[in-house]
Amino acid sequence: MSSWDRFVETFFNAKVMAKYLPDIAYGMLVTIELAALVIVSGILAGLALALLRSLGFRAVNLVIVFVVDLFRSLPPLVIIVFIYFGLPSVEVSPSGFVSTWLSLALVLMAFSEEIFWAGITSIAKGQWEAARSTGLSYGQTLMNVVLPQAIRLTIPPLTNRTIAITKGTALGTVVAVSEILGMASSAVSNSYNPSPLTLGAGAYLILFFPMVVLGRWLETRMRWKR
Amino acid sequence: MRLVVEARGVHKHFGALHVLKGVDLSVAERELVFVIGPSGSGKSTLLRCLNRLEQPSSGSVVVDGVDILDPRTDINRARQRIGMVFQSFNLYPHMTALGNVALALRKVAGKSRAQADELGRAALARVGLADRAGHKPGELSGGQQQRVAIARAIALEPRVMLFDEPTSALDPELVGSVLGVMRNLRESGMAMVVVSHEMGFARNAADRVVFMDHGVIVEEGTPAAIFESPRQERTRAFIGQIQRH
Repeated sequence: MSSWDRFVETFFNAKVMAKYLPDIAYGMLVTIELAALVIVSGILAGLALALLRSLGFRAVNLVIVFVVDLFRSLPPLVIIVFIYFGLPSVEVSPSGFVSTWLSLALVLMAFSEEIFWAGITSIAKGQWEAARSTGLSYGQTLMNVVLPQAIRLTIPPLTNRTIAITKGTALGTVVAVSEILGMASSAVSNSYNPSPLTLGAGAYLILFFPMVVLGRWLETRMRWKR
Repeated sequence: MRLVVEARGVHKHFGALHVLKGVDLSVAERELVFVIGPSGSGKSTLLRCLNRLEQPSSGSVVVDGVDILDPRTDINRARQRIGMVFQSFNLYPHMTALGNVALALRKVAGKSRAQADELGRAALARVGLADRAGHKPGELSGGQQQRVAIARAIALEPRVMLFDEPTSALDPELVGSVLGVMRNLRESGMAMVVVSHEMGFARNAADRVVFMDHGVIVEEGTPAAIFESPRQERTRAFIGQIQRH
């Protein structure tokens, strides 16, 4: 057996792949589910915090900034482990899925709050003044004039950050979430062959490659328009 | 003669800086008051105090019978009666010209989308831009943008219009179109307060010229009085300076 054959046999074993394809497909569904939950809840929570921060209550803002900095500095894995293994000691026992979702959503919330906040503060003061001078309230100005412009600016950095954090769904494997990597690694230990990992890598590519391309496209498109 | 704007003893501090030192300014119906003065004299701050974009440190400001410094006053409602036009246009770049004009009509004046669009188009027609309703600000010249900004303000049918150096950011060849719109507005009887360096416009359109320096009104009078025979030395020096250029 040549070394090439051995390589193919090890990483691209067709029999093993065929056998575990349904498992990986199931893992993909779980990853998609987890990713969708993380993206929606993380970004909405981040936007809500940024809007709250724009009201300018000093005490509230100190808390927001602290929470945001906290979750920006902790590694997501540490938060996952903390929630999954730590919370049961206070009689709350989230599943691995919920622990991973919460952790990544909190991290995405923190980063997206910063991105939205930067977007809101980058809108010229004159926009606020023009809108307020026509009688629009603070909230109306924020929603109709400032936010639509700010969100436009935030889309490229937000897309990149979202992709980076959403890939962290693979960390769920540590707390027994049956997402792609989790399914792939148990298939590897059952089959004594790493080919399922190749399948898993393929599954990640199918999910995230289009997102990366979309991110790049948005980035160039936004740059032209400004 | 009914007063549309009545500002009394207006002071404004920015930290240690005393920008307005007790300014009285009244504007009657149909009157055009022109405010001149060196930069830093407080003229823009005064204008911004009239619609409470700046909160005066003390004094009183009554516009169309409403005390706009009273905390019980609904300032958003009061501001509908006070149109403002800015040096840098400040159009909303993500909306069309019509969108810019219609936004406050819908959100503040409570018009339906159809009504707001109709009133918006009428306002754009008044500034000669009926054919630019669907254009974004980025597709318009500076002069056109400023005319859209004027349309945005007059669409709400204000009782007085405040102009803060409306032509200062324009290329010289575009100034005329904006001044033309302002002249039409004046002929329609709109009360106006104009902070500007367009002395030619002041001479032939203003009812009264107010000269400000160091946060006080130094002298006011008819354009002829202020430009031809100023009584105060500071006014004379300022007029002399701008006429030399």
